[in-house]
Amino acid sequence: MTTAERIEAGPGTGPGESLPPLDLPAARTAGCPFDPAPGVERALREEPVTRATLWDGSSCWLVTRHQDVREVLGDPRFSADATRPGFPFLSAGGRELIATKPTLLRMDDPEHARLRRMLTADFMVKKMEAMRPEVQRLTDELLDRMTEGRTSADLVAEFALPLPSLVICLLLGVPYEDHEFFQERSSILLSLRSTREEVRAAQDELLEYLVRLAESKRQRPDDAIISRLISRGELNSSEVATMGRLLLIAGHETTANMTALSTLALLRNPDQLARLRDDPSLIKGAVEELLRYLTIVHNGLPRIATKDVRVGGVTIRAGEGVVCTLNTANRDEDTFPGAGGLDVGRDARRHVAFGFGVHQCLGQPLARVELQIALETLLRRLPGLRLDIPFEDVPFRHDMGIYGVHALPVAW
Amino acid sequence: MRVHIDQDKCCGAGSCVLSAPDVFDQREEDGIVVLLNAEPPAELREAVQEAAAICPAAAISVEQPERV
Repeated sequence: MTTAERIEAGPGTGPGESLPPLDLPAARTAGCPFDPAPGVERALREEPVTRATLWDGSSCWLVTRHQDVREVLGDPRFSADATRPGFPFLSAGGRELIATKPTLLRMDDPEHARLRRMLTADFMVKKMEAMRPEVQRLTDELLDRMTEGRTSADLVAEFALPLPSLVICLLLGVPYEDHEFFQERSSILLSLRSTREEVRAAQDELLEYLVRLAESKRQRPDDAIISRLISRGELNSSEVATMGRLLLIAGHETTANMTALSTLALLRNPDQLARLRDDPSLIKGAVEELLRYLTIVHNGLPRIATKDVRVGGVTIRAGEGVVCTLNTANRDEDTFPGAGGLDVGRDARRHVAFGFGVHQCLGQPLARVELQIALETLLRRLPGLRLDIPFEDVPFRHDMGIYGVHALPVAW
Repeated sequence: MRVHIDQDKCCGAGSCVLSAPDVFDQREEDGIVVLLNAEPPAELREAVQEAAAICPAAAISVEQPERV
């Protein structure tokens, strides 16, 4: 059946079409802020490849199971190229952002591989592991400042956000004193509520800033990533700025939200928090489990089929959009028994919180180092850590492309 | 057990190095996988199989010895 015929035929006529199309992004249930939206969880249980309707009224497939998500994201017949007609965008701002200045995140090989390989050495495991003393020093300094003469603070503003921002600024060669400027723009770019105009303005300002920075590195080179990308001579200042924007945003928003949300999830699971505090050797596995359980890229990853491909018993036709929900894949009972619970002793290494396929998160070795150090140090230094507002009042980031909390008032 | 890698497929995510650091490393210049030991001892079997399973680019394959 072609897409046109399928639309003509209406719902309930083919494999993957017995549930009514699910509206994306799907809303979570109040009171269950760590769990995926009930709509996508139902799809996982009842119809793991199903139809969905996007914000702009267009339709796509939703792929929810762990195995199927890995297959789609690992299959070059599913393209990440956002310029292809019919590509599924998760928000108006997302379409604006990607359509005007695509980053390597929304390109296919070989162009994607060419650009990615300019960066892989910078984020390799050995180099990120060598950052541990520096990350530990920054962590301790932030906690010194946060706790000096005080017994409460907003953990997001004073710890979870500044730590990865400081680190990515150091790696990229971006002056940290400009953090308010780029954090504000970054929030606009990631908000599901931003209009096209707001996204365009924030994007232009950020790129203008990064072009100026790249130009200044041409005059005064340093040893950080932006300067080295310039000195390779393969990219112009605008291309370096586009890559810098991706790294700057991906480098601080993700770890910041994982740090704060992980802290909250541990505070809500005091048995797991106690286990981790009593045995810090669990930290590496605990971070993998928190990545699985929380899956902050909560609206899924978009792709478009370039050939007819069968996924989970359903034929996805060339030209049809697909959204892979990472949070349902990470709650798939077939891969993670007892998936709905947080278990810091679980072997969660097969989670897809960093995505899967050739686009899998480039900065994951950095994210792991930051999260391991931040959480271990926080639990060790603040044994009395507790939430300072009622749980019901925590401002969750339902409105953002990266999930987490807007603020986390804590006391100790 | 014999391990094969495909450097053209590798996307440098580094998860193999975390799973089996005695078997896999990353090239200094571009972070692409290199094999430290193509025939690792049996006690590393689980770690190597895990590395192959979590490789996002399917760049690692493991050949098991024939049973006698």
